[in-house]
Amino acid sequence: MTKTLSMMERSPRRREVLLGAAAGAAALVVAPAVLTGTAQAAVTADAAAYPAKAFAQTTEAAALKIMYGGAPTHSAAVKMNAPDIAENGAVVPVTVDTSMANVTSVALLAIDNPFTMAAAYKIPAGTNPGISSRLKLAKTTKVVSVVQSGGKLYSASKPVKVTLGGCG
Amino acid sequence: MAHQILIHASTASGMTTVEALVKHPMDSGFVKDKAGKIIPPHYIEVIEFTHAGKVVLTGFWGPAVSKNPFIKFSFKGGKSGDPISVSWVDNKGEKASVSSNIM
Repeated sequence: MTKTLSMMERSPRRREVLLGAAAGAAALVVAPAVLTGTAQAAVTADAAAYPAKAFAQTTEAAALKIMYGGAPTHSAAVKMNAPDIAENGAVVPVTVDTSMANVTSVALLAIDNPFTMAAAYKIPAGTNPGISSRLKLAKTTKVVSVVQSGGKLYSASKPVKVTLGGCG
Repeated sequence: MAHQILIHASTASGMTTVEALVKHPMDSGFVKDKAGKIIPPHYIEVIEFTHAGKVVLTGFWGPAVSKNPFIKFSFKGGKSGDPISVSWVDNKGEKASVSSNIM
């Protein structure tokens, strides 16, 4: 009798376990989908906001004038990190950071690239101005980081020697 | 075309660090293919990150950003489980988005 009871107790539990396993399998199917981007979120990126004209310039001064309406002054408070020598110009890691407050924008320029402006970021309040990304450098060039803080522009630069051009 | 975005966000001592890897050719328009024909420019123009509906970073990219771009940044606030999403639009009008949660 005790045996039968325990059997009866066990059977719903077994069903729970099976259900749990099924749910687990479903979760496994869903989880990679979320990570690999098939799960759609609202597209908030607005193509109309793109400063296309600034990106079409071939000099630093012209690009910054269109982007920010001014020219930067050199500042030691703008920190940047890029390799001295890039063996592969197609993937050059560049990091910009600053201790300045009220940073509203950060831009990266590769002076000797076909188009000078490489990337620009809008920094809302609460976001750290330190950004790492990877750039393509067509040849050995000076890379300039520009930080807009309190409406003023500050910059730092670093030469990067490219041994294999990354125009691609 | 499947546009893959990998996003990872983690929070530590009040700062949330976001890393994203976007699958995209980022063709600059200066490169020729094997047949000697120029590969037309095809690159992401605008990429935007939102945390719980609030924009935390807007990036404008030119063709000088590397293929399959990687980006890392951080913002104040955010806690484990918060939704974080990223979306982009390129010069051909293609777009993609993904949302995830802070670890």
